[in-house]
Amino acid sequence: MAMTVLWAGMAAAAVLCALATGRMPEVSAAAVEGAGAAVELALSMAGMLCLWMGVMEVMRRAGLAEKLSRLLRPALRRLYPAFAGDRAVMDSIAANVSANLLGLGNAATPLGLRAAQAMARRTPGVASDGLCMLVVCNTASIQLIPTTVASVRAAAGCQTPFDILPAVWLASTLSVAAGIVAAKLLARVWPA
Amino acid sequence: MTGQLTALVVPLLLAGVALYAAARRVDVYDGLVCGARDGFDVLLRVVPALIVLLPAVYMLRASGALELLAGALAPALERLGVPPETAGLLLVRPVSGSAALGVGAELMEAYGPDSPVGRTAAVMLGSTETTFYTIAVYFSAAGVVRTRYAVPAALCADLAAFLAAAWAVQVVFYS
Repeated sequence: MAMTVLWAGMAAAAVLCALATGRMPEVSAAAVEGAGAAVELALSMAGMLCLWMGVMEVMRRAGLAEKLSRLLRPALRRLYPAFAGDRAVMDSIAANVSANLLGLGNAATPLGLRAAQAMARRTPGVASDGLCMLVVCNTASIQLIPTTVASVRAAAGCQTPFDILPAVWLASTLSVAAGIVAAKLLARVWPA
Repeated sequence: MTGQLTALVVPLLLAGVALYAAARRVDVYDGLVCGARDGFDVLLRVVPALIVLLPAVYMLRASGALELLAGALAPALERLGVPPETAGLLLVRPVSGSAALGVGAELMEAYGPDSPVGRTAAVMLGSTETTFYTIAVYFSAAGVVRTRYAVPAALCADLAAFLAAAWAVQVVFYS
């Protein structure tokens, strides 16, 4: 339903604005142009997106994701003190984070959901501090190589679509840090 | 400097991953092809949404509504160092991944992928997720009704990402 509201809202705002500014012919042309542009965008993104999905699949098969999750485990135990002793939960979380880092979204979500279900068993119906942290960390992007955005940039005619990497890493790090700090602070004042 | 370094990222990753995996007796070629097929599945799932959403975004741009929105939010956004042209992206990003991709792609098309606005939009897209969708998926899978502070904390991370994206683009490209 949220998408219905969003789409209807966008269309209605465009029509109202066009009535006010007298730009109805342009808006009419834009609707047709937009549909065509979507197909063009998808086609010009396809090559790069698929190539990178291939590279990520090779990374996964080479065991890079497992290696990464072993490296992450000590730090994650500190982030989830209530679950540090729960081997199954910590394994799922570590695998979830490493899949997110490598951009394996399809693999990351089931792993994260498995962790979430196991965590929720302790406090049915209520989000514990650990579960809130897991959700907040998954709503922040930590993907090392943002392939979708890079393919959109390439589709728009950019010659160096990956030159945003340092800026993305900087922004992602600050964002995740802000999420973690906010969660830890709110945990103190927001009773379960 | 950063241009030369990031020019290394793609070739090094392609060759490095292939050599590393081959040394571990992974069928690299088969993995690449299988992953590429997954890529098509992802794309096929996104394309219908893009075809529906991009006309709405293009209509908003043509009607002048996006400029109006940017103008209305400009005083606040400029004080925070965020380009006001990205106002639409900020509003849509936490709600819908496909709509955000559409708005971001339109911004890159309209202002150029290497313009300050285009780059900021790209970094914003790359450093955030579809917050409300993720929250809904996780809490419904875990059967959680009382979500406590998860939403405000997640929105803090989003806000930080938007501000940091605008700042990082300034620092990396324009200083």
